[in-house]
Amino acid sequence: MDFDLTDDQAEIRKAVRELAGRFDDQYWLEKDWAHEFPSEFYDEFAKGGWLGITTPEDYGGHGLGITEASIILEEIAASGAGMNGASSMHLSIFGMHPVIVHGSEELKARTLPRIVNGDLHVCFGVTEPGAGLDTTRITTFARRDGDHYVVNGRKVWISKAVESEKVLLLTRTTKLEDVQKKTDGLTLFLTDIDRSAIDVRPIRKMGRNAVTSNELFIDDLHIPVEDRVGEEGKGFKYILDGLNPERMLVAAEALGIGRAALRAAVRYGNDREVFGRPIGKNQGIQFPLADSLARLDAAELVLRKATWLYDNGRPCAREANTAKYLCADAGFDAADRALQTHGGMGYSEEYHVARYFREARLTRIAPISQEMILNYLGEHVLGLPRSY
Amino acid sequence: MNIVVCVKYVPDAQAERTFNASDNTTDRENVDGLLSELDEYAVEAALKLVEAGEGEVTVVTVGPDQAADAIKKALQMGADKGVHVKDDAIHGSDAIATSLVLAEAIKKIGSPDLVVTGMASTDGTMGVVPTMLAERLGLPAVTYASELTVDGAKATIRRDGDVSTQTIEATLPALISVTDQINEPRYPSFKGIMAAKKKPVEEWSLADLGVEAGQVGLDAAWTKVEAFAARPPRSQGEIVTDEGDGGKKLAEFLASRKFI
Repeated sequence: MDFDLTDDQAEIRKAVRELAGRFDDQYWLEKDWAHEFPSEFYDEFAKGGWLGITTPEDYGGHGLGITEASIILEEIAASGAGMNGASSMHLSIFGMHPVIVHGSEELKARTLPRIVNGDLHVCFGVTEPGAGLDTTRITTFARRDGDHYVVNGRKVWISKAVESEKVLLLTRTTKLEDVQKKTDGLTLFLTDIDRSAIDVRPIRKMGRNAVTSNELFIDDLHIPVEDRVGEEGKGFKYILDGLNPERMLVAAEALGIGRAALRAAVRYGNDREVFGRPIGKNQGIQFPLADSLARLDAAELVLRKATWLYDNGRPCAREANTAKYLCADAGFDAADRALQTHGGMGYSEEYHVARYFREARLTRIAPISQEMILNYLGEHVLGLPRSY
Repeated sequence: MNIVVCVKYVPDAQAERTFNASDNTTDRENVDGLLSELDEYAVEAALKLVEAGEGEVTVVTVGPDQAADAIKKALQMGADKGVHVKDDAIHGSDAIATSLVLAEAIKKIGSPDLVVTGMASTDGTMGVVPTMLAERLGLPAVTYASELTVDGAKATIRRDGDVSTQTIEATLPALISVTDQINEPRYPSFKGIMAAKKKPVEEWSLADLGVEAGQVGLDAAWTKVEAFAARPPRSQGEIVTDEGDGGKKLAEFLASRKFI
């Protein structure tokens, strides 16, 4: 057994830490406050070639695995950039997996190199008001009309839609009531967000405000057939491949925020003096932080195992789900404890832990709630009856 | 144009820095180290010149095993090859001995059109090695460049002083030291990091350079650290209470500390 990162992975970690470190907590505080996309940050990562880490070399990327991608996103989150930093490029780094595996050569050549060099921003359009995790119930419908499709429907919680040029859009081309298997009849597109046919409305939310989350109202959107990913009716299968990597990457981001929060808490615990001694000397302060360290370290190991399994082509659903579950809880607990360590100051924006707290909370909900992960483990790993 | 850039591996200024208790030298082995920040400007300046024309950039460092990291960083930024001079006898060398080793290494590399250095190291901060090195190599020393252009066999720099800005020309080959105002050093790109793994790094000993062990090291040093002590903790500041004469008291305080 070997717990070491490879030399390349260690170099990647070091380089990303250094680059992300250029953008301090104050930068993120201001971006979050102004609800402004972190373009300077995104551009630096695009320039350095980091967005193409998993994209095949034929399309301008580097063809590396989910392990490397998870290291990058973890380091970004850990720099204090949190989910704002990670979400600015999360989908560019791995979200195009369905296109890479199932898209036509023409579609890939037209889009992937521009995603890798940072020019093309993309978002992921799957969830709807009536269909969250229950993906097969989506109702956004694409009707074939000659050389194009006409699409109508609604999407919700579409991150980065305001900033994006294209959307990876999941639709139904056959209604749920007309298919034999409920996973049939879904079709995936990578297409322009034509603002004359799609109304994009940002949702007011608790945190991660530098990157928008949106509702999309789609009204007679025309999509050329060339923008279809793979075959008609097979879209569900295409996005299924990406679910485990998605969980691992969010796990890595949660882990990163936890590290950032713990760092802030330790600094404050050493610096802040009350009753003539640093507050970190009190076990009431120290033990929760030490406990968080242990939990973050343990969660990290499961994540490493999960990404290793995936990169080696092995089944990894159990580990991917467990990693997201443990990392999200450990990351959120660390952020909560960092806030508690800061006392009243933790509640102010100035000390940044409030921002970590809000963003860490997100990882317990997205991309899948902790409860649904327990459902998965209970049913598919333990073999208990399905609970829902 | 072929350029040699001299780089130094220094303890990270952000981390704990210590001295070796046995001989009062800077501890370079048990601390986190990195390519001296001031040398990144030199690497960037050299890369810009070569990218605008042709030629190659060779980085040279003198230091222990870990100093290879400084070379690696420069190669990741885009330099073409590295030379690492390491020898146990070099430990404790002062600026004079360091300039001797660097000069011999540069002679062995070949005859560069330009030798570029940082303005000082971030650990020793003496800033004398560039001039010593120019003297040993018989090159014009053009120091503290905040701007650098090369046109044919002529290098022109701008040097920003307290009371004047000077424009200085030198005929190549020359040695140029650069300040932190000259450019914004690049971060290694992913491609740069991967490419660096395949770039050649030569390791030379003092014998390879024809330098005697007795010419370098602590025993040969003209300067020695007699003692060291941790910086005392910051003392409590003085609070001036304003009773209508706050401005006067403030001025008196500043005058007493010779600020005004």
